Amino acid sequence: MQPRQKWISALKALLFVVALVPFARLAVAAVWFPGVLGANPAEFITRSLGDWCLRFLLITLAVTPLRRMTGWNWLLRLRRMLGLFAFFYGVVHFTSYLSFDHVFDAVAILKDVVKRPFITVGFTTLLLLVPLAVTSTNAMVRRLGAKNWRALHRLIYPIAALAVLHFWWMVKKDITEPAIYASILALLLGYRLVAYLREKRTLRWARAASGPPVTIRRD
Amino acid sequence: MLIKRPHDVLPSEITPQPIYARRREFVKAAAAGAILATVGCSDDTNSAPDVGRQKLPNVTKSRFSSIEEPTEYKHVTLYNNYYEFGTDKSEPALYAKRLRTQPWTVSVEGECLKPRTFGIEELLKRPLEERVYRLRCVEAWSMVIPWVGFELNALLREVEPTGKAKFVEFVTALQPDTMTGVRSPVLDWPYVEGLRMDEAMHPLTILAVGIFGEVLPNQNGAPVRLVVPWKYGFKSGKSIVKIRLVEKQPRTAWEKAAANEYGFYSNVNPDVDHPRWTQKTERRIPEFFSRRPTVIFNGYGDQVASLYAGMDLKKNF
Repeated sequence: MQPRQKWISALKALLFVVALVPFARLAVAAVWFPGVLGANPAEFITRSLGDWCLRFLLITLAVTPLRRMTGWNWLLRLRRMLGLFAFFYGVVHFTSYLSFDHVFDAVAILKDVVKRPFITVGFTTLLLLVPLAVTSTNAMVRRLGAKNWRALHRLIYPIAALAVLHFWWMVKKDITEPAIYASILALLLGYRLVAYLREKRTLRWARAASGPPVTIRRD
Repeated sequence: MLIKRPHDVLPSEITPQPIYARRREFVKAAAAGAILATVGCSDDTNSAPDVGRQKLPNVTKSRFSSIEEPTEYKHVTLYNNYYEFGTDKSEPALYAKRLRTQPWTVSVEGECLKPRTFGIEELLKRPLEERVYRLRCVEAWSMVIPWVGFELNALLREVEPTGKAKFVEFVTALQPDTMTGVRSPVLDWPYVEGLRMDEAMHPLTILAVGIFGEVLPNQNGAPVRLVVPWKYGFKSGKSIVKIRLVEKQPRTAWEKAAANEYGFYSNVNPDVDHPRWTQKTERRIPEFFSRRPTVIFNGYGDQVASLYAGMDLKKNF
């Protein structure tokens, strides 16, 4: 199925608006109805933004398995926006932590980043996302070359794992929620591992069966 | 023991009475603009239901009370840590209604000459005092709560502790049929806490049976709970059923779960960080941007620092 360009554009516009809803909801609540954010609005906002960063990371990682299983190749054209939204929520999550928890106190922030493993991990995750966001444009793909670009963007795998670890180390005792995210990530990465191993086997089989080498494109 | 009036609030921080009395007008004026833009919405949407709220008679004021403005009732009763009813802070208010608080007894036993069991009715008949205390949670947030209760030392004296009574162990309720949270092994149930004998006998240590002049809501630890204001909140066990006088230092639920993070003493101390977060500052619920510096012993140092004279508080955290 290959819907026309017009439909893809409309879908992208819709996705853009929908992806902004969690942020807009928090902004509206913070400004006009702080009561609905409960007793600790700052914590609520920071955690909610962090949740959405993690969710968008996982949604981005779900594109390839979903595309392969359904054959909907157009899904690939939404992936960049999803990834950039993960970055966006990571940035506002970090900004929220800076402003509510430390009121932009540079010394306190630096100490936190160095001393607290879960913050170190969270900060690293965000830093690793920066090169991916910067190289997300078509021009950058061309400049780097598809092969290099793909190699660089495999950083998304450790990034997602670090994001889950950040959450895992943050909770006091009840690890139910981080465990759910970890399982979803394991499924998404496991799918890729199985696909990779199968391809390798097919490749070997193909090479053995017919003389000339067969190349299978992966992304 | 010399008990001094706490000087934890600067005179400059105290709002003059005439202005204080008009505080609601200021809030309303400030909110007016916002309200105009958002007709039909108020933050009363998450205030606690008034059902079952019951005034406690004959409550006297206490000189140990803080003069700080108490945190709003809805925050005190809707933002709770009571893991037996779920680890999310909104869960206890939703699920603790199921807790059976009648009949209820507290047995005081162990190293004492006259062990006995107290019925909750009997405890409620004692002379009750209102104690407005700061509560500092180990998660770096704080509240000001007007507790109603009596000093624990009064109860302990009645059972005549022996010389062997060096520590006090508090065992809290375990009702697997009403407590959905105990199905998962988050902690080793029942929740157990402990104090050293001199901490338990200190006049600031109370057994609370109410808040805001009313019977204690279930999510806040009904029908009777411990309150130790200079320690992190988790030391103040909720819904207590047994108080044991013991010779050896009890192993508390949080020590069993993570001894490197939650020590036996757990005195509020800005110089001893939690391994995963700082204890230097705290967020006073429901403040948004500002964080306040955390004060050693939660500001009760004048009264309790002497208990720890010569002790290395970093080692005995």
